[in-house]
Amino acid sequence: MKLKLNVWRQRNGASPGQFVAYEANEVSKDMSFLEMLDVLNEDLMGKGQDPIAFDHDCREGICGSCSMVINGRAHGPQKNTTACQLHMRQFKDGDEITIEPWRAKAFPVIKDLAVDRSAFDRIIQAGGFVSVATGNAPDGNAIPVPKENADRAFDAAACIGCGACVAACPNASAMLFTSAKVAHLALLPQGQPERMERVRKMVAAMDAEDFGGCTNHGECEAACPKGISLENIALMNRDFVKATIGKRPERAVSGD
Amino acid sequence: MNLEAKSPSGPIDKKWESHKFDMKLVNPANKRKHTIIVVGTGLAGASAAASMGELGYHVLSFCYQDSPRRAHSIAAQGGINAAKNYQNDGDSVFRLFYDTVKGGDFRGRESNIHRLAEISVKIIDQCVAQGVPFAREYGGLLSNRSFGGSQVSRTFYARGQTGQQLLIGAYQALERQIAAGTVKAYSRHEMLELVVIDGVARGIVTRDMVTGRIESWSADAVVLATGGYGNVFYLSTNAKGCNTTAIWRAYKKGAAFANPCYTQIHPTCIPVSGDHQSKLTLMSESLRNDGRVWVPLKKGDKRSPDQIPETERDYFLERKYPSYGNLAPRDIASRAAKEACDDGRGVGETGLGVYLDFEGAITRLSEAKVAEKYGNLFEMYERITGENPYQVPMRIYPAIHYTMGGLWVDYNLQSTIPGLHVIGEANFSDHGANRLGASALMQGLADGYFILPYTIGNYLATAKPGKVGTDHPEFKAAEAAVVARNQRFLDIKGKRTVDSFHKELGKIVWEECGMARNEAGLTRALQQIPALREEFHKNLNVLGSADEMNQSLEKAGRVADFLELGELMCRDALERRESCGGHFREEFQDEGEARRDDLNFAHVAAWEYQGGDKAPRRNVEPLNFEYVHLQTRSYK
Repeated sequence: MKLKLNVWRQRNGASPGQFVAYEANEVSKDMSFLEMLDVLNEDLMGKGQDPIAFDHDCREGICGSCSMVINGRAHGPQKNTTACQLHMRQFKDGDEITIEPWRAKAFPVIKDLAVDRSAFDRIIQAGGFVSVATGNAPDGNAIPVPKENADRAFDAAACIGCGACVAACPNASAMLFTSAKVAHLALLPQGQPERMERVRKMVAAMDAEDFGGCTNHGECEAACPKGISLENIALMNRDFVKATIGKRPERAVSGD
Repeated sequence: MNLEAKSPSGPIDKKWESHKFDMKLVNPANKRKHTIIVVGTGLAGASAAASMGELGYHVLSFCYQDSPRRAHSIAAQGGINAAKNYQNDGDSVFRLFYDTVKGGDFRGRESNIHRLAEISVKIIDQCVAQGVPFAREYGGLLSNRSFGGSQVSRTFYARGQTGQQLLIGAYQALERQIAAGTVKAYSRHEMLELVVIDGVARGIVTRDMVTGRIESWSADAVVLATGGYGNVFYLSTNAKGCNTTAIWRAYKKGAAFANPCYTQIHPTCIPVSGDHQSKLTLMSESLRNDGRVWVPLKKGDKRSPDQIPETERDYFLERKYPSYGNLAPRDIASRAAKEACDDGRGVGETGLGVYLDFEGAITRLSEAKVAEKYGNLFEMYERITGENPYQVPMRIYPAIHYTMGGLWVDYNLQSTIPGLHVIGEANFSDHGANRLGASALMQGLADGYFILPYTIGNYLATAKPGKVGTDHPEFKAAEAAVVARNQRFLDIKGKRTVDSFHKELGKIVWEECGMARNEAGLTRALQQIPALREEFHKNLNVLGSADEMNQSLEKAGRVADFLELGELMCRDALERRESCGGHFREEFQDEGEARRDDLNFAHVAAWEYQGGDKAPRRNVEPLNFEYVHLQTRSYK
């Protein structure tokens, strides 16, 4: 099939960008979306033109590298599917496709479709972990975890950190990402000792980046390729309130 | 070349314990004065960097991805083995050790493998404590399954994404250390050179993939955790960015490369659909628990599968290996599929595929039950192929999945260059000539959490490397070499893209050094690869410049190294005149079954770079089997 593409081209973060029209004339329905771009890039290089830069790695929908807005939707039209797993049979001959990078102040463009998502790493650094140094662990079966909790924790932990939730949100909020990590650890016994401190610190770190606030649009959940639920945001909000109201002055907890 | 394994003496189950005591320690107050570079942030790299940071070392962590969490360990589906014996089914450390030695077709080092089995139990504890959401039973305890034909249930798993969950655990530990200031992390940084001063590894040179800046980093020790080299085949289940550059640069600086010809082919991948194909997708091996593998009996039978009656189907794995059937080990199942296709009985448009049929399972168990077990895999298959596997049999074909070869390391995980340590898939490791399912995650985390943090201390305390700055002439020379190399790629201004060379290399290596190898083919490849390499350096076309994000330039450097590695693989495969594990030489077989030659080849082949165009030297580390006696693998 033949397609018309409008692709965002931007030399680097300091230069302005613009849409450039391309024609992809030999697209097979069996190609993945990124393979379609590979073929276009080979074609561009043959003509001496700079290929389109985009992030990608595993191409199996699990590493979370790929990050493009396709016809206005983060990762494109297919539900629960990353751009790398989207196949061209979802499109038809003659379609016009617009491809843009994630659009969010907290994710500045590096080049073309590649953006800087290091803000997510900094949110995790603030508290998205259990403080257990190597070698400290009790036996794996020492603390039983009810299956339902383990399954719910897994559902939250399935987040791949791609940032589609931010790209889809009209406010570019990172609530779904942050809450998925908060919920993952809050639902497990191992996460309890630091539960309140974690949510406080992670929310503060999120607010310190250039993400917007959550106004319950739900676009994040709709765009998430891993089906991360809005319930996580509710859990995080509840924990955050508890953690803020119940916060004691630092000295009082030290016990001396 | 000194290939002393440095395995401690004493009974096998006491070696690691006594070695831990014998190793020298670094005083806690002195640890922060030692800088350690860790390249790669997969299971091995992230766990090592985090653990060493916790101990108080000053760690520099590098990865080419935009975040450490994206390293390719993330894509592992199946699970992680551990000799916990939670299921009371007779598992033990010794059994896991035994299975790994045998599964590796007696081409691994006993002392290392036993240590791996010992440590396996601690890994699970550590990961649970980090909050890894392993599958659990209703009573709240950890769930296990049997995996890859194992006779005990020792595999821990987190649905179909065990790798991602374990990696996130290690990544979180790493991020915690970054926040604590013990680890400094550099994403989108690619290591392009190893710096060796007076025979000792002292640092690396990296390229910032955003700005193009070339930079030197000095340290007291360097750790490579940069994964396998499966992308030499172009099409593999590896991530697109996986490459050999870090270990290849080290090889060219004097680190021995062991057993490059040991590559693992996974039988259940989605077949290639056309020339545009950029990578292959694995379907979990667990599908073979309920799916039946078949091809038409008649050659060139183009009927749709539902039109082929039962009597005209060849369930070739069940026919050839009645006791293991569809669960035959990876190498055996892969070769059998290739044989069926070579015989003109392959299915699908390309003829390179076999059916994996769930009709029987759906009838026996119901569609709902099958969906419960494999629903996510069936969905993934349908997304990629557009076919519904509940109605039409899946088509599968083998693909490169893992590389057992890698840089040679001793018992302390140190390469032949003092100060250079290699962990995870990047080393030649514990899997011998064939890795068992669910053992890769175990090895990566054993190396990173529980072995390297001890052995690195011993190195620092005994070698006392002393300080060196990046203003040392060797750093300047290495930087200049990196700059010149990149500039050369840009200056060729030829006609062909990097990918076109990579695809061509992949075809040669797959054809001649893939599932089955023979002398004629390998000899042919040893002429084709150098010729292709020569054309690459004359006719490559890389646009843009070196001081910006330039993905073609990144690929050019990696493919240049693959073009050299591919030749070494073929050379190694040619010299290993036997069949073992993933290395099947057609000349050495008994009616399709691999024939090992323990008299002449019970050894590790460690290749030593000789410079320029000189042929590399093949050195040998003999392998002794004191605890698991040499025997022929049989799955009939």
